[in-house]
Amino acid sequence: MSDFDPRTARAQVALAGARGVTAGVLSDQPRRDVARNSIFAALLFLAVIVALAGLALLIGDNLVKGWPRLNSDLLSNGTSSLPDDAGLHSAIIGTLWIMAFVILFIIPIGVGSAVFLEEYASTESRLARAVEVNVQNLAAVPSIIYGLLGLAFVARGPLSLGFTVLTASITLALLVLPIVILVAREAIRAVPPSIREGSLALGATRWQTTRRQVLPAAIPGIATGVILAISRAIGETAPLIPLGAATFVTYDPSGPMSGFTAMPLVIFNWVKQPQAEFQVLAAAGIVVLLVVLIAMNSFAIWLRNRYEQRW
Amino acid sequence: MSELTEYRFTEEVVSGKGGFAEKPGTGIAVQPTRPPEAGDITRLEKVFELQDISVAYAGVPAVKEVSMDIYKNEVTALIGPSGCGKSTLIRCLNRMNDLVPIAEVTGRLLYHGEDLYGPKVDPVQVRKLIGMVFQKPNPFPKSIYDNVAFGPRILGMKGDMDEIVEKALRGAALWDEAKDRLDSNAFGMSGGQQQRLCIARCIAVEPDVILMDEPCSALDPISTGKIEDLMMGLKREFSIVIVTHNMQQAARVSDRTAFLMVELEATEQNRWGRIVEYDATERIFTNPSDPRTEDYVSGKVG
Repeated sequence: MSDFDPRTARAQVALAGARGVTAGVLSDQPRRDVARNSIFAALLFLAVIVALAGLALLIGDNLVKGWPRLNSDLLSNGTSSLPDDAGLHSAIIGTLWIMAFVILFIIPIGVGSAVFLEEYASTESRLARAVEVNVQNLAAVPSIIYGLLGLAFVARGPLSLGFTVLTASITLALLVLPIVILVAREAIRAVPPSIREGSLALGATRWQTTRRQVLPAAIPGIATGVILAISRAIGETAPLIPLGAATFVTYDPSGPMSGFTAMPLVIFNWVKQPQAEFQVLAAAGIVVLLVVLIAMNSFAIWLRNRYEQRW
Repeated sequence: MSELTEYRFTEEVVSGKGGFAEKPGTGIAVQPTRPPEAGDITRLEKVFELQDISVAYAGVPAVKEVSMDIYKNEVTALIGPSGCGKSTLIRCLNRMNDLVPIAEVTGRLLYHGEDLYGPKVDPVQVRKLIGMVFQKPNPFPKSIYDNVAFGPRILGMKGDMDEIVEKALRGAALWDEAKDRLDSNAFGMSGGQQQRLCIARCIAVEPDVILMDEPCSALDPISTGKIEDLMMGLKREFSIVIVTHNMQQAARVSDRTAFLMVELEATEQNRWGRIVEYDATERIFTNPSDPRTEDYVSGKVG
């Protein structure tokens, strides 16, 4: 091939042919593949649309229905049997009280459990594995079961706290603890082992390592989990029904031992009423609740993106 | 503090301890190690005495029957091919292997004459005296200042923290680069700077020994050179043990070198590391007594 001269006409033709073949191979995707790709992409897009459309429809429908009552009176009026005087004020105060105690319960217990399972329990230990399986199962238990548990053990039975804010808080805390534990474990596991080794190699104890290195690095993830858990707890109605949905609270809850009402309970109550005005009120209440929940979840996502440590 | 701080400054004469008998079934003749440089050895203080140290993970041996003495204010290098147990061995020296539940260390390991694995010894106390620098720089996700101050703070060291931090950063040849950005996150530093920060963090707690597990394997040649220069200075204050797969590095920085090799079981089921030769570095690289060492350091194998 040493006498090959690329300037000759024959060589030019041969080279052009070779380039043509290369260009053809590079650009010629089989038509069937193209079609399959498009169909699959369209199906996936449809799935997203269906999921989002449900939420949009819910918000839109309630926004339209509840619009006449979406004003400051809704937030400042207390409980009333007259639809014109009724509002969410007592319910909002009640929800705030309940959530304050839920936070108080779930942070130490949830984070403590997560730290134990991730940092202290040996992966070999039967106890740790049993706890792990149970936590995952607990996350799937229907919420009404927790309501009955709260009724039998917290409102009555061993604790006998009655139908109070504290009872509601304990019940909801039990309900969302598995979420907190699962998310906190993820966050703790995301801290690389090299950080623990670095700390231990300096002569830090296991607790010092957990407290001063692992937990600070995991805080954004843990906070995200706590917020998601709270937003779940705010929206829960079923577990509260056995705990006093029947009681009609006309005052603002004022402390842990006060009787309680909460936003989803009041909305549930309104929906049950025969008067059409209450349906409008319920729709307005749903919009308020949804706005609070979406705001909290968005904050959780922002927090995670903003502060999560990238390794 | 435990009894570990009560060093015993005795001048011991090396008894020519062997421990490298031929292993039946392995087919590999293990030569006894010559005591290093008989002339000055009597004046050197021993930091570690390893006597038949073996490590197994879940019953599977990783390192077998290592015996060697490591001396004060020297750089001791452990070299050998991958899988020869260098890292496993160095992690015995500050009881990092305790963190691996399936690891089991047998044999005797004396630290200044005290049994490091004695029943009363607290591994946390051990690690205060025997620091470690890891293969991959692992700064904490905190400021440069807090990275260095973390150790002195948890150990409750007395004195002005700013001075402690400056001294450690100077000791790690990082002060000039870091002094204007002490409050910025350590993750913003280059890999070489991060590794020197890890060294600063380690010397801030004023240990007796610094263990380095392939400290330069993730770094470029310039950063590597800086850390090697650093080690030459650090050995005046500390005793250093370094694991490296870079033979030239061992030749450049160490006073004494141990060559480990992978040994295969007759059935080829298991493999473990065993020490082949331990001697003054110069001797290992110019006139090794074992042909396998010669093959390795001359680049014929490995």
